[in-house]
Formats: sequence, structure tokens, C-alpha cells
Amino acid sequence: MTTGTMLIDGVPVSFEYGQTIMEAAMAAKIFIPHLCHHPEFTPQGSCKLCTVKASGRYVSACTMSAKDGMEVENNTPDLNDKRRTLLQMLFVEGNHFCPSCEKSGNCMLQALAYELEMLSPRFEQFFPNRPVDASHPDFLLDFNRCILCELCVRASRDVDGKNVFALAGRGIHKHLIVNARSGQLADTDFSLQDRAAHVCPVGVILEKRKGFAVPIGQRQYDETPIGQQMDELAARSAKAEE
Amino acid sequence: MDDFKHCAYLDPILTRFENRSDYLVQILREAQDCFGYLHQDAIDYLATKLNLPRARVEGAASFYSFLHLQPPGRYRVLFSDNITDRMLGNQALMERFCRNLWVEPGKPAEDGLVSVDFTSCTGMCDQGPALLVNGHVLTRMSVERVDRISELIRGKVALTDWPHEYFVVADNIRRRDVLLGGDWQAGEPIRAALARGADGVLAEMKLSNLRGRGGAGFTTAVKWESARLAPCQGERAERYIVCNADEGEPGTFKDRVLLNSYADLLFDGMTVAGFAVGATKGLVYLRGEYRYLLPKLLANLERRRIDGLLGTTVCGQVGFDFDIEIHLGAGAYVCGEETALIESLEGKRGVPRVRPPFPVTRGYLGQPTVVNNVETLCKAATIALNGGAWFAGLGTKQSTGTKLISVSGDVEVPGIYEYPFGVSVDRVLNDCGAGNAQAVQISGASGVCLAVHEFGRRIAFEDVPTAGAFMVFGAHRDMFEVARNFSHFFAHESCGFCTPCRVGTALVAKLMDKVASGSGSQYDINEIVSLQRVMQAASHCGLGQAACNPVMDTLQKFRPAYERHLRALDFEPSFDLDESLATSRQLTGRDDSGAHFGQ
Repeated sequence: MTTGTMLIDGVPVSFEYGQTIMEAAMAAKIFIPHLCHHPEFTPQGSCKLCTVKASGRYVSACTMSAKDGMEVENNTPDLNDKRRTLLQMLFVEGNHFCPSCEKSGNCMLQALAYELEMLSPRFEQFFPNRPVDASHPDFLLDFNRCILCELCVRASRDVDGKNVFALAGRGIHKHLIVNARSGQLADTDFSLQDRAAHVCPVGVILEKRKGFAVPIGQRQYDETPIGQQMDELAARSAKAEE
Repeated sequence: MDDFKHCAYLDPILTRFENRSDYLVQILREAQDCFGYLHQDAIDYLATKLNLPRARVEGAASFYSFLHLQPPGRYRVLFSDNITDRMLGNQALMERFCRNLWVEPGKPAEDGLVSVDFTSCTGMCDQGPALLVNGHVLTRMSVERVDRISELIRGKVALTDWPHEYFVVADNIRRRDVLLGGDWQAGEPIRAALARGADGVLAEMKLSNLRGRGGAGFTTAVKWESARLAPCQGERAERYIVCNADEGEPGTFKDRVLLNSYADLLFDGMTVAGFAVGATKGLVYLRGEYRYLLPKLLANLERRRIDGLLGTTVCGQVGFDFDIEIHLGAGAYVCGEETALIESLEGKRGVPRVRPPFPVTRGYLGQPTVVNNVETLCKAATIALNGGAWFAGLGTKQSTGTKLISVSGDVEVPGIYEYPFGVSVDRVLNDCGAGNAQAVQISGASGVCLAVHEFGRRIAFEDVPTAGAFMVFGAHRDMFEVARNFSHFFAHESCGFCTPCRVGTALVAKLMDKVASGSGSQYDINEIVSLQRVMQAASHCGLGQAACNPVMDTLQKFRPAYERHLRALDFEPSFDLDESLATSRQLTGRDDSGAHFGQ
């Protein structure tokens, strides 16, 4: 196995050739904020939260290959400021009301907002009209919270072989759709056993009759900030998230 | 019953495209031509036949502006909305048109007869304001023409019976240099290339130092050589030459003229590239707005096949097979980005790919692919003919050859001007009769805005690079409105893949609207500057990275134009209490002073 070494914020990090900056950082337990990245799936680099500066250029850590001698800036005021702006964009793009959300405390978007000290949504809200789909017997789809990370799209296509989810529209009107003429989840072959059912980092895909099983305040990111949960983030492929 | 009806027109289309899912965009486009829009049953049927998830067909169809999942009007009227169309009064014309036909923009008429909306620059800036009616371009709109068109639509007159002069698109060539002034027989460059051999052609290309004319300026010979050396993949192993004719950059229309009057030179160039690279297939990605050129281009290809300039054993060269097919775009500026273009060629949503790998190693269908601009390929043909040294003797050392410039805006003689690279902006302004210019937007919305003190600068990769647009703004124009038009263009054309571009372009457009409405403040300007930094650094492709260029340039060079619109110099909320009562006023039918806040 050929390996190389790069510097992340001045710390030497070794990697195997073919690894991305994100993969090498995760293995070294260095936190790079991310939403659309998931160790189990092909990286796509769309949320841009993992933007780092590698050898002077802004790149996505999840798609850029690590190179020997590369100098990567990650935890810097400039980058964190940009990431905070990206989070604010995601918050105003959808309809996010954390106090009433079943995913509160287990939500990566919320956890990153705390981690990066986002204090306000800052921009004017878009307030998109996105009806909830409660058609499925076991699942609720609340599109209001969708951040378009495409994890469900990838999981359903690449793991479940079902293609239950896809994207439609363009630009700010881009949105998640399901694979049914009616547009309803009940008319797809989506099921509880699907990988896609357990991969949403925010509160779009919710299992019915499971609401608030763990009280808010005692959930994954309530106890420990996301930036200190490197083992859990890296181990996501090993267990199906509940 | 419905099923039967849809398969009646879908089956022949599917047969023609061999049920290949990578032709999805072409299939959808043709299906819509038959039925008027993409019916739910048609989507179901295509998904089944092409063995694609239904959601993927729907997802692709909903990506392109010119594909419709809901019935639009039987006459789909789109007003071109580049800033040059606006300067020629397109907004007043559209309002008049809507009043004539009692229709609202964006909403099909109740009787389904007509729908009206704006569309991005149609590439008719030298003869605007322009329209698209059911995909056909109409130029030089005026009050008389708009009124007459309203009558024709009300009378349900078929488009083919409309006055012929409405559809005339002039070339407007104003200055010819070696390319536009040249006189070559179709196939001559190919024969010259065959005589030189593939290595010889590449050597001449290197000598010429030809750089891409689409704006980025990448050295063409390097692209060709990389693709030639890259191994092909899998079963259908072949290399591809793709011609980027998705000329969507606002203010650019040079490729339109080349495609109309120099198509042989383009096809010669593609064939030369195929010979040098070892490719057997060429693809032209023609923007949907230029579909009126399609019959002529297809006839040309057919003639070339008969003349032995395409097909097997091209020009009698045993072992050299090359053919060209044309794909039509469907209204998406982002497909001008080469990897988004390839995605669209493969029948998908036009979303730019992660690079590397670059198309020269893994492009169309995963094979080595050269993507060149129309003008670049035409230049390559002349280099095959006249040699690299001849070409390198023109222009400047770093920017060899000539450049076609599309001049529009406040000038006496808009049209195409060909100059050797290195020409000064002043010279172009003089030649086109721009009397009182205060600014020139070069290379389109994503390019650079020059003010009077910069008119001495030169058009070349080392100074002011350009894809060809040259939009002139007279002293009476509001440069803030110019930037606002472009900010809406980018918001409309963002593919939506990455967060900074998807949300950022929409936020910038909203902030520019807030300033335009008179409720903007210094705070909003600061927000735009802050958004620009994030979008430039973190966007996935050039669209998002460049989306704020016009705003930043005009902010820097025409600050008073912004300040005139600002209300206070610190902060104003975007929420307007009185405005938010408008719906209640409408519902209750009240408009007295008691129904207004603070009056």
C-alpha cells in the first residue's frame, strides 16, 4: 500500500493513495464539517460545507484526492465564516423550526449550526411551499427540511437498487421527488428495511409512531458536539442509523 | 386509451433513437414537439421503454426550461430578456402583448391558447428585441409586430403562415479578417490534414498556439493530444469530438453566424480534430434557441456524406471513418460548461461533473472526449489548411489568431466584427459607432465590465479575455439595472447542484430587487459582497464562481448608480408592513386610508 503525508492545519496526516482529503482526515480523527458526505456512499461534493483550502485553492475535501506534501487549511476563521454562511443559506432556503422538529438533537444541520456558532439565519427567508407527504404507512416525508444532500437518492439507487428518490427542477426550485406518478411515497416500493430510510441527516424521512422516543436534550448531538464525534461519523457505514 | 395515443407518436421516436436512454433529452424534446408538452402517460411510457426510473425521466424533463410537464399555451411565446433586449424595450412590448391577449406572464391563458414568459438571452442581441414562439425565433420586435402577432395568435394562424420576414435572422457581419474573409472549398482543410498526417496536424496545432474561443482559453493542441493519448474504456471504445454550440453567454452570437454561414468550415474542423485525435464520431450540441438552424445543418451533413466528406473512408483515406450528429439543447445555460454539456448529451440533468477526471480522459459515455467551441474548430480547420506558423503570425504572442466579437447595445452598427487579438476596446467602439459609451460588458454576464478609463485595454487572453460578447452601454443607462438583469439571469440558470450557487444566486437577485425597489441600504450592499466571497470560493463550477462578477464590477466602477437607489445608508428591513397587507386589501375590496399602515 503506497502512502503519502499531507498537512492539515499544520498537523501531519498520512493517507493511502486514492483517498480523499475527507477520508484521510476522518481516519486521523480530524473534523471537517460536512452534510452530503457519508463514508458509505460515493462522494458528490454538493453541500460545500467541507470546503477547505488545499495548496492555496478552495476545494471540496470530500471529492479532492489527497496529495503528498499538500498543505490543507481546515479550521480557520475564513473557512468557518464561509461554512457558517452556507449553513445560513440552507436554513433560509427550507423551512427549519428546530424546537418542533422530531430530528432536533439528532440533526446534522442543527449540530453544525451549533458547532460553527451560527447565531441567526441572517438572510431573508424563502418560505418555500413544500407539502408534507404522509401517504406511506410507515414513513412521513417532510420536504420542508430537505437540504438536497442526495443521500437518500444515492442510498436507494446504489444500495437498495430501487431509485425511490430523485431530484427535479433547477436552481432554487430544485426539489426532491419520489418515483411515482402520483408523487406519493405510498405508491413506491419504499420500505422500512431500505438503507435510504435511515440515511437522512436532517428531518425529512421520519419513521411514523417513533416520535420523541428519546427526549430532546438527551440525543446524539445534545450530549456531545458533532465536532467531537469523529468515531461515530466514521462508523456510520457499520450500523444503520436509527 | 391514453396509452395507445401516446405510444403512437412515441414509438417512432424511440425506434429512431434505438431505445437508448442516453438520448433521453432528445427523445423528450421530440415527444414534446409531437404532443405540445410531456404528458404524464408519455413519461410513464418512456420510463418503461427506456428502462429508467420514472423519477429520473421526470427529473431530467424538469431541468430544462424548454421542456414542459404541464400544458403551456398552444402558442408558447418567450420574450428574450437579455439586458440588450431590455434596452430595446422588450418589457413594454411584453406588457402590450399580454394586454392584447389578456394573459399574465408565466400563466397559460384559461383557454389554453397562449402562454407568455421571459427567457434568457436568445443570441439575437444585434437584432432584438427577440421572441421565441414554439421554439422558433422572431427578431426585431416592434409595437406593430407585437400587435400583428397578437392578431395572428387570436386568429389561430399556423406559425408557418406568419409573415416570413419576422423569422429572418441576419448575419450582420461588419468586419472580416482571415476567418470570415477566407474562401475555402468544403473538405479542403480535411485533405490538407490528411496530407500532413495526424502527427503533422498536431504539430501545426502546437505551432499555432490556438487557444479555446469559448472563454477559458485552454490550449487546443494540449486537449487534442491528451485525448489522443488517453485509453478508451470498455466495449464501446471510441473517442469523441464534441462541438460546443450552446452559445448561451448573454450578448454572444458569433457561433450563430458561423453555424449559419460557415458550417462547412466547422464540420471540416471537427473532422480534422477527429483525424488528429483518432475519433470516429463528432457531436454538435446546438442550443435550443438555434433550432431554426437545424434543417440547414442536417442538409449540410447529408451533402457531406454524399460528397465523401463524412462517413467511412473520409476523402478516400482508408481507415479514417468519421460522422457527425447534432443534439439540440433544451434551454439551460449551464450546459455550456463542458461537463454539464456531456451530461446533457448523455440524456441527464445538465449538472457539471466533479473534475478531475477531465473529459479528455473520461468524457462522453466515459470515453476520451474533446470539447471545443464552434469558433475554435473553425480556426483549427484554417490551421490544417494554412499551417500553424501562419496562424501564430496573427494576433499577439500569447493570443494568436483572430477573434470574432459580437457587438450589441448602444452602438450604430451592431453585429459581428473579426479582429486580430490585441485590438483595443477603443478601436472596436470607434468601428461600431458607439458615441457616448460609459461602459462595455465584455465576455457576457460572467465577464468583465469596463469603464471609460479602461477603454485603452486590449482584447487578448493576457489583458481582457473574452468569449466574444461586447455589450455597449451609453451614458444614459443605469448600470445598476444592468447588473440586476445579470443577477436574475444567474439565479434563473443556476443548476442548483451546490449550495453556494443555488441559494447564493437567488439571494443576490433578491437583494438587488430590494435595492431596486428603493428599500435597500448599505447593509444590503455589504451582504452582496459577503455572498460573493462565498460563492466565488465554494461554488462547484464557473457559473456560481462568476455569478457576482457584474455586480462587483459595477459596484466598484459605478457606485453612484447604486447609491441613487439606496434609501438609508445603514439598514432597512426587507419586510414591508403595508405591502404585507396587500392581500387582505384585495380580499376585502378595501383600499381606503384605514386599510393602509402609517398613512
